[in-house]
Amino acid sequence: MNNSITNQKALHDKTIAEILAGLNAGEFTSVEITQHFLDRIKQLDGTYNSYITVNEASALAQAEAADKRRAEGDVPALCGVPIAHKDIFCTNGVRTSCGSKMLDNFVPPYDATVVENFANAGAVVLGKTNMDQFAMGSSNETSFYGPVKNPWDTNTVPGGSSGGSAAAVAAHLTPGATATDTGGSIRQPAALCGITGLKPTYGRVSRWGMIAFASSLDQGGPMARTAEDCALMLNVMASFDPKDSTSIDREVPNYTANLNQPLAGLKVGIPKEYFKEGLNPGTEQAVRDALAELEKQGVTLISISLPHTKLAVPAYYVIAPAEASANLSRFDGVRYGHRCDDPKDLRDMYMRTRAEGFGDEVKRRILVGAYCLSAGYYDAYYRKAQQVRRLIKQDFVDAFEQVDVIMGPTSPSPAFEFGAKGDDPVAMYLEDIYTIATNLAGLPGMSVPCGLVDDKPVGLQIIGNYFDESRMLNVAHQFQQATHWHQQTPAGIASEAKDTEGAE
Amino acid sequence: MEWETVIGLEVHAQLATKSKIFSGSSTAFGAEPNTQASGLDLAMPGTLPVPNEQAYRYAIMFGLAIDAEIAKTSVFERKNYFYPDLPKAYQTTQLERPIVGAGHVDIELANGTKKSIRIHHAHLEEDAGKSLHEDFHGMSGIDLNRAGTPLVEIVSEPDIRNAEEAVAFAKKLHSIVTSLGICDGEMSQGSMRFDVNISVRRPGEAFGTRTETKNLNSFRFMEDCIALEVERQIDLIEDGGKVIQETRLYNGETKQARSMRSKEEANDYRYFPCPDLLPVVLDDDYIESIRQNLPELPDARHDRFMEQYGLSSYDANILSGDANMAQYFETATKVSGDTKLTANWIMGELSARLNAEDQSIKHSPVNAEQLAGMITRLVDGTISSKMAKQVFEAMWNGEGAADEIIEAKGLKQVSDSGAIEAMVDEVIANSDKQIDNYRNADESKRPKMLGYFVGQIMKASKGQANPQQVNEILLKKLNELI
Repeated sequence: MNNSITNQKALHDKTIAEILAGLNAGEFTSVEITQHFLDRIKQLDGTYNSYITVNEASALAQAEAADKRRAEGDVPALCGVPIAHKDIFCTNGVRTSCGSKMLDNFVPPYDATVVENFANAGAVVLGKTNMDQFAMGSSNETSFYGPVKNPWDTNTVPGGSSGGSAAAVAAHLTPGATATDTGGSIRQPAALCGITGLKPTYGRVSRWGMIAFASSLDQGGPMARTAEDCALMLNVMASFDPKDSTSIDREVPNYTANLNQPLAGLKVGIPKEYFKEGLNPGTEQAVRDALAELEKQGVTLISISLPHTKLAVPAYYVIAPAEASANLSRFDGVRYGHRCDDPKDLRDMYMRTRAEGFGDEVKRRILVGAYCLSAGYYDAYYRKAQQVRRLIKQDFVDAFEQVDVIMGPTSPSPAFEFGAKGDDPVAMYLEDIYTIATNLAGLPGMSVPCGLVDDKPVGLQIIGNYFDESRMLNVAHQFQQATHWHQQTPAGIASEAKDTEGAE
Repeated sequence: MEWETVIGLEVHAQLATKSKIFSGSSTAFGAEPNTQASGLDLAMPGTLPVPNEQAYRYAIMFGLAIDAEIAKTSVFERKNYFYPDLPKAYQTTQLERPIVGAGHVDIELANGTKKSIRIHHAHLEEDAGKSLHEDFHGMSGIDLNRAGTPLVEIVSEPDIRNAEEAVAFAKKLHSIVTSLGICDGEMSQGSMRFDVNISVRRPGEAFGTRTETKNLNSFRFMEDCIALEVERQIDLIEDGGKVIQETRLYNGETKQARSMRSKEEANDYRYFPCPDLLPVVLDDDYIESIRQNLPELPDARHDRFMEQYGLSSYDANILSGDANMAQYFETATKVSGDTKLTANWIMGELSARLNAEDQSIKHSPVNAEQLAGMITRLVDGTISSKMAKQVFEAMWNGEGAADEIIEAKGLKQVSDSGAIEAMVDEVIANSDKQIDNYRNADESKRPKMLGYFVGQIMKASKGQANPQQVNEILLKKLNELI
C-alpha cells in the first residue's frame, strides 16, 4: 500500500497505524479527525445503534489536548487517535451502563485501569459502545438500549456481547474500540462484523473498573480492523495492575515488534472437534481456504484433538452464571443504580429493584448460577464444572506441546437474523462453542476476517499459548498481508473504491 | 435430674491493621459514618479486592500462638446473602481452606483445674458495615466504615461444659490476641464478639440440639446468657418440649433473650471460591520468620510473673492474662517498688472500679504511673490505707497526681511519735471509766477493747494519725497503766 492511496482515503477509512502516520506527518489534526468521527456517528449511528453515549465535548477537549502535546513534542503511543470504550469500562464522570437499565443512571467516580491506560497514551474517547446487558448475550439483543445492527446486513445481529464495539469498527465509526470477552464476546462479534479482535491471556489486561460478569473468565481486549492496530492498542491496554489481584506481573512486550516475522516452520494445530456437525459448510470452506493460504506461507498444519471440547459449553454455563450470580448481587438499589419507586420495605425494594433493573437473560443466568451453587447441588454442578475446566485446560497444555498455535472457525456460522435464536437460549449458547474453551483455559484467542459467505463475514480463530499474543498477532498480520478480507467493508461504508479489490 | 451443658464458641476478633482487609480505607473506630469507605467498600461496579498482607500475618501469629497448623494454601470464598450493610451482598470469608487449622487453648479455672479447649480452625474474613435503626424516621441508616475490617473468626470444638469455662476460654483468647498485639481487645467497641453455641444432654448421651446466641460483647453478658439459655433448655425438655435449632439474640441490659431465626429460615449461603482473589500460598520461611518474632504469650508471661515477682499462680493469672493489665502491672510495680501492694491494688480497688464502670484497663482514668505514685506514699508512710482510698478516688476523678492530691487535701498522715503520744495521753486522761474496765478485764478480752481508744485517737487526729504507730504507742501506755 503506497502513500498516495493512503492519503486518498477518507479519515474514517484509515487504520490506527495510518491515523498515527497522518498525525505525525501533520496531514490532519486530532481535532479534525475527532470531529470527523463525531459527525459521522451523528449521521450514521441512528442506523447501527453502536454507541450508547457519545462524548462530543470531552472528545474534542481530549483531541485538543493531544494536538497540544504533539506540538510540544510529547507524543505518547496513541496521541490523538480516536477510540471508543465498551460501556462495561468505568469512565470517571461519564455514565457507564453496562447495557442495562440497572446502571442507566450510574456515573462512576473513577476510571477503569484500561481507560486510564488509553488516556495516558493520549487516545481520544469518542464514546461508550453498546453491548449485551452485563455482557450476557451473543447477539446484542439483550441491551437495554436496543439491539446493535450489523453493518453488513442490518437485519442481522452483530454478535455479542461486544457487538457495539464490533459494529462501530465495521461501520468506520471508530478506528478501534475496547471490548471484553468472557466466552467469546470479542471474537464472535469480530467474526460476525468482519473485523479483527483479540482476547488476551487471562491476567494480561487489568479488570479493575471493568464491570464483572464472570471474574475468572472476563478479559478485556482490543477490536480494530487489522492485526497491526490490535497490536498498537494492546501495547497500551495490557499492564500489570496491583489493583487487580488476578493481574499478572509480567513485562508487556512490544506487540508490533514481531509482526513481520515470516511464518515458515510454524506448527498450526487443527482441532478435529472444531470441524464437526453444527459448522456451517460455507464457514468451514472459508476457514479451510485460510489455512491453505497459510500453508503457502510455509506453516505446517497438524491435526490435533481437544477431547473435552464438547464439555466446554456445559461447564461454562455453570461456572459463568455461578460467578455472575454473586457478582450481580451488589445491584440491590441501596447505594447506586436503579431503585424501584416507593418500596414498602427492604424485601420489596430488593425484589422490585432487581426485577425491574435486570433483563430476562441476566435473570436467567442469575437463577442458573444460584441454583448451581445451592446446598445439595454444589458438588454435582459447580465442583464438577471446575473439574471439567481443569481437563479442558489440560487438553490445551497437551496440544501446545506439539504446536505453536491452534486454528479453526471463530463461530459456527455467519451473522443470523434478529430473533432467530431469541427463544432458544441453548442455540444462542452454542454460538460460543469454539471460543468458550479458551476462556476456561485462560488462553489468548483472536479472530481475523477470512472470507464471506452470502456477503457475510467469516472469522478465523487463532488460539495462542499463554502470553503468546505476539505470535498470534504475527500470524494474523502475515495472513492479512496476503489477503484482503480485513479490507472488505459493508456496502456503503468506505468512501473510496476498494483499493485492493481482486487481490486474490 | 442431672444435666450436662455443652458449649462451643465462635469468636470474632477484629484485627488491628491500619487499613481494611481488601481496601486502603482506615479501620479506626468512631469516625463519622461513611467517611472510611472507599469505592471498594461501597462495592462500586468494577472495583476489585487486594488482600492486606498484615491481616495474614496477624492470623498466622494467632495460629502459631495456639499451636495450630498454618495452611500453606488458603482460599477466600464468597458467602452470599442480601443485607444493606453487606455492600457486595456476599461476605469474603474462608470455608474449605482456612488459614489456621486445628489447635488448642489451655485454660485454668478458679479452683486451679486446668483444661485444654480444642480449636477447630480459625479463618480470615471481612466484617460487615452497621445498620442504624434509630433516628431515620422509620428508615434505616447504613454506616460502611466497619465494612471490610479484617476479622479472624476462631471456632472452638464443643469442649466447654459450663459458663465458668466459657468465660475462662473467652478471657484466654482475649489475652492471647491482645498479647500478640493483633487485636485491641476493646469489647465495648465490638473488637471482640462471641457467638455461643449451647446444648444440654444427659451425661453420656449424644449431643442435644443446640442454639446459637450471637454477638455477645462482654464476659458478664456471656456468663448471664449461658445461665439463662441452659435453664431455658432444661425447663423446655423437662416439660416435655424440644429444643429447636435456632439463632438467638441476648440483651445484656434487660437480661432477656429472644429467637432471631430458626434453622428453616436460615440462608443457603451458596459458598464458592472468590474468583477475584487467588489462593494464598505461603512458604515455610515466611511462617518461620513470623514464629521467630512472636511476642511473649500469656502462659510464658504467667510463669515469668510467678518467678520474677513471687506471685501466686492465681494472682499471676489475673495480672498476666490481659496484655494491657500485664503492662500496667509491670510499669506500676517498677515505679512503686512494692510488688505485693501494687498487685493488691490492681486486683482490688482498680479492677473493681473498672468493672463497675465497664472500663478497660487501657483506658483507666488512673494510669500505672499515678497508681504507683500513690503506692509509693503508702509505702513511705505518708498516707494510710484509708487515705489511699481517698487519694485513689480523687485520681479517678481526674484531680491530679497522688502528691498533688495529698497536698491539696491535707491528707498527710501524722507519724510524729511525740504528737501521737500527746493525743494518746489526752484520750487516756479523758477515759477513766474505760481505763478501769480495761484494767479489770480478763487479758484475753483486752485486745477487743482497744477499738474504743484507737477510735478516739483517730478522731482526735482527724484520721491522720499513723494507725500502726497509734497501736504501738497506745499498747505501751496502757501496759504502763496496769
